[in-house]
Amino acid sequence: MAARDIIGFCILIALVLVMPHAVGNDYYIGVLIFAAFNCLACIGLSLLMGYAGQISLGHGAFIAIGAYASGLLTTELGWSPWTAMAAGAFAAMGIAFIVGIPALRLKGHYLAMATLGFASIIHIVAVAATDITGGPAGVLNIPRLSLFGYRLDSDTRYYYFAWTAVVIGLYLAFNLIHSRVGRGLRAIHGSEDAAGAAGINTAAYKVQVFVVSAAYASVSGSLYAYYVNYIDPGPFDVMHSVLLVTMVAVGGLHHVWGAVVGAVLLSLLPEVLSFTAGYLQVIGIQYRPDYDILVYGGILLVIMLFLPEGLFAGMIAGGKSVWNLVKRVIRGKQVVRE
Amino acid sequence: MEIGLTTDMLQFLFMGIQRGAIYAMVAMGFNMIYNATGIINFAQGEFVVLGGLMMVSMTMALNLSLVFAFMVSVAFVTVVGILMERLTINPVRRPTVLRLIIITIAVSILLKGAAMCFWGKGSHYMRHFTDAPPLEIMGAYILPQTLWIIGMLALVVIGYVAFFNYTMTGKCMRACAINRDAARLAGINDRRMVMLSFALSAAIGAIAGIIITPIIQMDYARGALLGLKGFGAAVVGGLGNSMGAVVAGLLLGIIEAGSGGYISSHYMDAIALVIMLGVLFVRPGGLFGSSEMVRLKEF
Repeated sequence: MAARDIIGFCILIALVLVMPHAVGNDYYIGVLIFAAFNCLACIGLSLLMGYAGQISLGHGAFIAIGAYASGLLTTELGWSPWTAMAAGAFAAMGIAFIVGIPALRLKGHYLAMATLGFASIIHIVAVAATDITGGPAGVLNIPRLSLFGYRLDSDTRYYYFAWTAVVIGLYLAFNLIHSRVGRGLRAIHGSEDAAGAAGINTAAYKVQVFVVSAAYASVSGSLYAYYVNYIDPGPFDVMHSVLLVTMVAVGGLHHVWGAVVGAVLLSLLPEVLSFTAGYLQVIGIQYRPDYDILVYGGILLVIMLFLPEGLFAGMIAGGKSVWNLVKRVIRGKQVVRE
Repeated sequence: MEIGLTTDMLQFLFMGIQRGAIYAMVAMGFNMIYNATGIINFAQGEFVVLGGLMMVSMTMALNLSLVFAFMVSVAFVTVVGILMERLTINPVRRPTVLRLIIITIAVSILLKGAAMCFWGKGSHYMRHFTDAPPLEIMGAYILPQTLWIIGMLALVVIGYVAFFNYTMTGKCMRACAINRDAARLAGINDRRMVMLSFALSAAIGAIAGIIITPIIQMDYARGALLGLKGFGAAVVGGLGNSMGAVVAGLLLGIIEAGSGGYISSHYMDAIALVIMLGVLFVRPGGLFGSSEMVRLKEF
């Protein structure tokens, strides 16, 4: 792992430890837990989009598979939550494998539409198969997770658990990136033909990373199910898949850290907006939560038009120029002293 | 029993044509932009929604005459299409496919959000174009609105063929679709053709939205599924081939209505998507394209 990634990990872990004390309120800790779920799914998606250069507008489906596997296996068959989560991940990987082989032969727009169609089918099935999924009524009474005999029943405990999962997921992602597979994926992103000519089995690599990213999404779905204890098809619609792509794109496609930054920022955005709405009201502007979607689309559009590398790359570039400025100011002073 | 079966089938056929005509028009909209730019416009479904909702406001709230309201609604969505191209597609230099996809997704989120803020979350009722009672044909009923839809589809197809075969602008657009560099060398302003393709595509989407609204009662969130199924029709017909899209759209609509009637109405929405995935995976060039042409394209 590169030095700056280790610094990144240290900053992330420090933030994770500090945040609960900074916000102090169970509601905001809940928001941060949801941010962790999105983060985990986005890390997987970033491996697919940022490194292999393949788009998927269908990852909401894998989240749904994880959530439903966890919900149904624990409530209907009485499996332990951990086994159910593993089973969900394997199911998601199997489905990703079957769908991925024909789908990843397609490129660009075709791949985007094919994955969107897949996500839409899964959502329709989740609503329509009432005898299995419970249909719109959903699955109730999903048990909580426990770890080493320690029940994760408070928000704070679940918060630390969810973010630990994110850190582990991030660590595994970095291992993949800095392996032969990771370098192969980057070559595919650069030019698929050139990568193939250099001896990389491009088709197999693309399917592999698709399967891995599906596993991330599935685990994120399972963690979601164990946290809210109730699932219905609502949150797993096509819009959620689009939202995940948005998070990865806003943060930055070219780095996993971008996915983390994008997922956290966009997960917190509704809270930030409702917070500023109070101030807007003071100066006479009525802000309604309905406008959130406009702000969301606007942010995505502006970033894609003016900062296509994403916020993370923008932050790095901004930080560098500030640092250069600081250096110049300091040096300037030295010249004056001399 | 025999009579009952044919009556049922006829009824599903009418329903299928009514749905299919909309998919066909959405697919034509996809094709127009695809031919000019190679982009799949993810906001295509939103054009349909905007057209329908605008028409609701014009006729139900402002009480304008049908013809005038129709023209205002189409013009409004056309302007939206032009603005989309000028503000978000035109300024991007040397774009990657991923970036273009996300840009059109962003526009679709914005349009959907705007529609939700203006028209609210409920679905909107609009009266049918004519008040006549349903016609009975061999025991099956056909709504006058369905006849309007069939008529509009026929008009759009005739207009499309006439425009691309008999007008200079249409021929220029075709030239751009075949080879943009060569068209530019021949003195065609290709950027203007791209703008025009967005305008026409938005207009066709708006027409589809306007004629279907009395039947489905439009709401802001319908764009995604309409767009996806329209794309399915475009794929089945061979992307870029608009006459193929019309046939494929009608076919998808009829299969969907039939499977809704005979198999399960719950899974009806998934049928068109499953067919779309099947064609994408097995024969991405569409059912009607020659395999020779398909080999030249990249998927």
